[in-house]
Amino acid sequence: MIWQQLQSLAGSYPLALRGLGMTVMLSAISLVLGTLLGFGLGILRTGGNRLISAVIGAWVDLIRGTPFLVQIFLIFFILPEFGIELDAFTAGIIALTNLAACFICEIVAAGIRSVPTGQVEAALASGLSRWQRMRQVVLPQAMRIVLPPLVGQYVLLIKDSSVVSAIGLTDLTRVGWLVVQRVPNGLLVFFLVGVGYFIVCYPLIMLARRLERRMGAAHGEVQL
Amino acid sequence: MLENFSFRTIIEYLPLFGQGLITTVWLSALSFAGALAVGIVLAAMNLQRGRLFRIAAKAYIDAVRATPLLAQLYFLYFGLPRLGLVLPELVVGIIALSLNSGAYVAEIIRAGILSIPRGQVEAGVASGMTYVQRMRLVILPQAFKVTIPPLLGQAIVLVKDSALLSLISVSELTRAGQLLASDRFMPAEGFITIAAFYLLLYYGLKGLAALSSRWLGLQPARSST
Repeated sequence: MIWQQLQSLAGSYPLALRGLGMTVMLSAISLVLGTLLGFGLGILRTGGNRLISAVIGAWVDLIRGTPFLVQIFLIFFILPEFGIELDAFTAGIIALTNLAACFICEIVAAGIRSVPTGQVEAALASGLSRWQRMRQVVLPQAMRIVLPPLVGQYVLLIKDSSVVSAIGLTDLTRVGWLVVQRVPNGLLVFFLVGVGYFIVCYPLIMLARRLERRMGAAHGEVQL
Repeated sequence: MLENFSFRTIIEYLPLFGQGLITTVWLSALSFAGALAVGIVLAAMNLQRGRLFRIAAKAYIDAVRATPLLAQLYFLYFGLPRLGLVLPELVVGIIALSLNSGAYVAEIIRAGILSIPRGQVEAGVASGMTYVQRMRLVILPQAFKVTIPPLLGQAIVLVKDSALLSLISVSELTRAGQLLASDRFMPAEGFITIAAFYLLLYYGLKGLAALSSRWLGLQPARSST
């Protein structure tokens, strides 16, 4: 019986590959967009304009305070009421990008704040422009603080992409759900789904840990 | 635009939302208690000298952290009946949330224990304390303090994660929103209302986290290093 199930599962392998492809594509697109947007927001948040900073802070809190599933439903079902027609894929990308941007914004802001003011003052005294100060002085130093949690955030993003299956996108989790209707062995099917995610996420988790150790060492901190 | 936004329908459905909110709160509380239990066991395993325990705990934590909660939830939901365990959806959900959050709680506890300076342990050894005495009298009371704010952070994550239980048709808060959306075709009313309820829980727990770090004499925001 288990043999039959395995055979039936082997037949679903093109579907599984498509699901994995969808998961990777969703994650990759929103990872790139979310990182760009997140860095922009993070720089604005620490840019000195109180109003802008407060607006970004409030938005980040809204996103951090609500479940991602609810955000997806809001975007997918409510944006059309404002005349914006969305397919599930675009809605998923918007929701994931927004989520990633909000978390990355806070990570970047924390990194920028960690750079000593003396550095900025020295850059000012050297006559560097605002953009030069950010690009050549502040960001390179902030990256030490930013990088480990940033990679950790990417892992969360890949995992959160599974929630998009709720609006009918055929990602890896959805494939598991479809296959389990035919092959009634939830343990095996979702174990394999888990393996798929593990293969994508685990190297990133390892990378985050390594960065954390290395950045800690670069700061001259003693690891206990 | 939302010119037809109907507050009347929201008020009509308020008892349903109230029930959903209450269910979300108590099932999250129960899952958090479960997560604490799982986390303490894992953290204890992780601090053992024996390699086997450590490897088992690490493998579990890595497996949980590298896979999405939704896949874990479906694993249990579709998998447990296979093992002859037919449980109500709500129970499956609570088990999934406990097992998932437990892995993160274990890491928080471990970090708390490792944050205690070595000198404290050495002083304990020099005072002739046994391992259990050192743990109970020196390390754990101090570690307990630093773990409270991140544990409350994990509680926030757990409350939000509990929304996924609506996908295995547990009647919690998100499910109430879905019902309004599908019964009356009013997704805006349904989902905006539950978002507001979740924000209420979020700000409550966030405030509690800020208060607790002040009471415990910790820095309000943990420095990022």
